[in-house]
Amino acid sequence: MSGKVGRLERPALLGVLMREVINFSSYWRSTTFSATVEPTIYLLAFGFGFGSLVSTVGGYDYVEFVGTGTVATAVLFSSAFAAMFGTFIKYKFQRTYDAILAAPVDTEELVTAEAAWIAFRAGVYGCVPMLVAIVFGLAPAWGMLLVPFFGAIAGFGWACFGILASAMASSIENFNYIISAGLTPLFLVAGTFFPLTQLPDWAQNLAQLNPLYHLVQLVRHAAFGFDAWADVGHVAVLVGFGVLMWRLAIWRLQTRLVD
Amino acid sequence: MRGVVKRFGPITAVDGLDLEVPEGSCVGLLGPNGAGKSTTMRMLTAQAIADEGELEVLGRRLPEDSKQARAECGVVPQLDNLDVTLTVEQNLIVFAFLYRLGRGERRAAVDRALEIANLTDRADTRVDKLSGGMRRRLLIARALVHRPRLVLLDEPTVGLDPQVRQELWALIDRLRSEGTSVLMSTHYIEEAERLADEVTIMSHGKAVARGAPMALIEEHAGREAVEIYGSPARLAEVEAEARAAGHATRRTGTSIAVLRLNGDAPEGERRPANLEDVFVLLTGEEIA
Repeated sequence: MSGKVGRLERPALLGVLMREVINFSSYWRSTTFSATVEPTIYLLAFGFGFGSLVSTVGGYDYVEFVGTGTVATAVLFSSAFAAMFGTFIKYKFQRTYDAILAAPVDTEELVTAEAAWIAFRAGVYGCVPMLVAIVFGLAPAWGMLLVPFFGAIAGFGWACFGILASAMASSIENFNYIISAGLTPLFLVAGTFFPLTQLPDWAQNLAQLNPLYHLVQLVRHAAFGFDAWADVGHVAVLVGFGVLMWRLAIWRLQTRLVD
Repeated sequence: MRGVVKRFGPITAVDGLDLEVPEGSCVGLLGPNGAGKSTTMRMLTAQAIADEGELEVLGRRLPEDSKQARAECGVVPQLDNLDVTLTVEQNLIVFAFLYRLGRGERRAAVDRALEIANLTDRADTRVDKLSGGMRRRLLIARALVHRPRLVLLDEPTVGLDPQVRQELWALIDRLRSEGTSVLMSTHYIEEAERLADEVTIMSHGKAVARGAPMALIEEHAGREAVEIYGSPARLAEVEAEARAAGHATRRTGTSIAVLRLNGDAPEGERRPANLEDVFVLLTGEEIA
């Protein structure tokens, strides 16, 4: 290598990405299982359990409503959790990041490549509940082809959120706080299982800050018809969330990894 | 590195250290635990940033040009950080990517690293099925995949059996004979004595002596030492006499070693002076 080097170099990103891809070959079964089965169980339990009490919500069949909503759940589970635990293990127990940063890779490239990989997976896994819902009667639509991209954008943000959380946690037990006080409410108040219009005004306003809500809206619109300007807004929120979390994650991890 | 200082809060881990590794030589960084050896190593890869002083690695100034320097360095960490669920070969492939080898070079580089580590027939074994010695060899081979000009070894043989240690010494010696520069930290005296062309003895973040092992021994401990055994009272007596005669002494637990002899040695077991004598004299610390 000669001369000044830029930021976010392709060979560095590729190196980190290849490490993840090769590692994935050793654990893809369990990851794929948990990332897809869990949201599917939510879908089936709520879809059929609740679905027998309420037949339609907001004008949709309840299975269709939940089937589109749980896409966001799958994205969240396969990105935030994977990033939180994966980062913590790699940084604290396996000391993988020590090895990577001793190579010509910077923290910025490390975070970007790892989040990109998780985002890609989240985009794929996110489609599973939708496919299951199609089996149970959700009508396929061309807009659904965009769902993996929406999932990946949100997944990138949640992956960076997870990396940030693990860079701030002093022990793996700290994740309990983040999950109980952070992710669980966000997951419930996103319009996944019931429309937010059921909630008091203040809660509805707060939900506007929830990236998961915007993802739920995008997926529903992809399945039932886009609402151009509103959806541009939803995408903008997800992109903003991703950029914010990305920078924060790099900043925190850098202070953690470099003395 | 010149005048390098690194503080962690109130603790000064490295305190005005100068260090140079001449091209193609092996320099040993010898010191007890907590002397600042690992921190020094981490500064060379910009995983710790110096508070003061200047660092240059392979002609690149740190920390700003550290990435280019890192591309030409190989690092063997003290703590094993292999990917344990991957095979030996997969671990090497990952590093071939991380160190930016081209598509056409990777295969040959991985094969060469397997051969260096003597793990060719274990290429498809998962790392968690390897013995401790094999894992260490893989850790070293991983650092050599991209033919680095400088290899940083942090305590390469810590916690290993004597025969495994010797295998690794042969490996490190081969590196040096092939012209790779090596900086190796260790708290094993014998390791430094055997492998290093030059040794820097560190204590409390400072370099207290540097030179070729033999020269250091001659300068600070003399050629021979005399070990005198006896009761604690007798030892104290011998110590006082030897000091009065201008010799240096060190306690080794069960005996007193009298050093810097000049003809008028007291009665006792004679042995060649060694680097450990130098180390204890200079730092006042006993190490294993």
